[in-house]
Amino acid sequence: MEMSASSKSTPTKKVMSKRLIKRITVFVMTSVVLFLAILISLRFGSVRFTVSEIIQGLTSLENATAHTVIKNIRLPRTLIAMVVGANLAVAGALLQAVMRNPLADPGLTGVSSGAALAAITIMLVFPNLSGIVPLAAFIGGALACLLVFSLAWKKGIDPIRIILAGVAVNAILGGGTSLLSILYSDRIQGVLMWLNGSLAGKSWHHLRILAPYSIIGLIIGLLCINTANTLQLGEDAAKNLGIKVNTARLILSLTAAFLAGISVSTVGLIGFVGLIVPHITRLLIGSDYRFMLPVSALMGSALMILADTFARTAFAPIELPVGVIMAIFGGPFFLYLLRKGGGYKV
Amino acid sequence: MIKASNLKIGYDQKIVVEDFNFEIPQGEIVSLIGPNGSGKSTVLKVVSRLMNSIDGVVYLDGCDIHRLPTKEVAKKLSILSQYQSTPPDFTVEELVSYGRMPHRKWYEAKSQEDEEIIEWALKQTRVEKFRDRSVNSLSGGERQRAWIAMALAQRPKILLLDEPTTYLDICHQIEVMELVNKLNEELGITVVMVLHDLNQAVRYSHRLVVIKDGRFVMEGTPEEVLTKELLRNVYHVEAEVTVDKMIGKPVFLPIGLSYAADF
Repeated sequence: MEMSASSKSTPTKKVMSKRLIKRITVFVMTSVVLFLAILISLRFGSVRFTVSEIIQGLTSLENATAHTVIKNIRLPRTLIAMVVGANLAVAGALLQAVMRNPLADPGLTGVSSGAALAAITIMLVFPNLSGIVPLAAFIGGALACLLVFSLAWKKGIDPIRIILAGVAVNAILGGGTSLLSILYSDRIQGVLMWLNGSLAGKSWHHLRILAPYSIIGLIIGLLCINTANTLQLGEDAAKNLGIKVNTARLILSLTAAFLAGISVSTVGLIGFVGLIVPHITRLLIGSDYRFMLPVSALMGSALMILADTFARTAFAPIELPVGVIMAIFGGPFFLYLLRKGGGYKV
Repeated sequence: MIKASNLKIGYDQKIVVEDFNFEIPQGEIVSLIGPNGSGKSTVLKVVSRLMNSIDGVVYLDGCDIHRLPTKEVAKKLSILSQYQSTPPDFTVEELVSYGRMPHRKWYEAKSQEDEEIIEWALKQTRVEKFRDRSVNSLSGGERQRAWIAMALAQRPKILLLDEPTTYLDICHQIEVMELVNKLNEELGITVVMVLHDLNQAVRYSHRLVVIKDGRFVMEGTPEEVLTKELLRNVYHVEAEVTVDKMIGKPVFLPIGLSYAADF
């Protein structure tokens, strides 16, 4: 066990910086991928544009078609995909810190199933009120989330109790959703799109509602980084280090529920992003939330934009639900990373 | 330094510890001993504010520990639970750096002083050569030392350890005990630990506190505590107790049970 003074410092600095270099590389690469995804999304669709046309469309009125299509249709939709992807990925990452469970997903807080039941109740039973679907979905999600947390609360938040309460509440609300779908099976078309998540027809109007709340939620998420990191050491170790574990869990879960809630109420249910993106990021960059959380946000955005671009172009003019695309393509990629082992080691 | 008065502790409806009083003087190593399920770990959890008591107060330097800001407590006291886990990619150095958390504001970055203390903690526990390895890749004994390094980085005056040697082989058990001894002697850290192994408790503690069925039985020096009568009454074990000439402490040799076990 004796060690000489010389053997300690040289290899250390080298290995540490190697890890840091890797992290920075992943960060930069993900940013580049996001940028390319935005470009691809602006470029492809019913009309194709070159990069110079995209720039023209964004900056001037010269090319009227490019201006209309890019600035009024594709750009807001791309930005919404970006925001939603970031929200869901960050929500998932925060919940994984709380639950310390690899299957933690924003849906676990009841947000998705509550939003779904409220939204399809409006769509099927009161179709003439369809304008308030996002608001109803948000309120439904918030109520379901409140229900899950009050069921799980017993002198504090126990992750296992949240998971159990979440699964139970999701089952009950999901039953309600299925029941309505069957009773009103003649009007199911639009509902199906919503239940699988879709950005079809989303415009600046939706972005203006979504963006401010998302910025608030994401900032709170970033402020939680140290706490999330410490929670990963377990309840006792976190308490030992002076973290108020119950308060921390509550703040992190509610932030996650909020981010998921505003996203789901805008674009419908999109699974997978919140569950898988944080895992992929962990595999690539490790569990340190200082890197993991921002990269999750970037990667969530990039994946969401790519999935949406594919969803609207693959079988044009038919639009596919983006949630379905995400699951079909993202799932196997995740399994590949998992088999390969990735960087989820030192 | 730490004083517990009239502790009453329970899980849900079940009371597991009652009328428990004890005091830990500064600079000593005190071990809580007692049979399985006697409540020793529970007492340690309450004393370290990981858990609330139903009744009674724990004083840290004269203040109710549950009313002190938890971050302030974390600068004076560190507790290592029996089970620890880290994400698979956390390195030893990263783990140890968490020990500085209580000393920083949430927006502050690691200072030069933090770096120095982390370095010092790695050295004290001799885990510096593992600093870049993942905690999970270490052996049980090395891992325990890495966690003790994290605790040291908190610069605590008092260190609480819940069964620090359980699951370790005998060599690593002694290694951890020697480390605890060194921290006490050289740094003056007060140590309170729960131990299963009576001979270890006797060997490395200044004082022993005996708990049985959630009740305080007695406390005293190892010589006062480790007697035939105690082993019979608390553990139901008949044993020979002699003072070992080499270490000058009492040791015991179990002979059998004090009741007729019918297997």
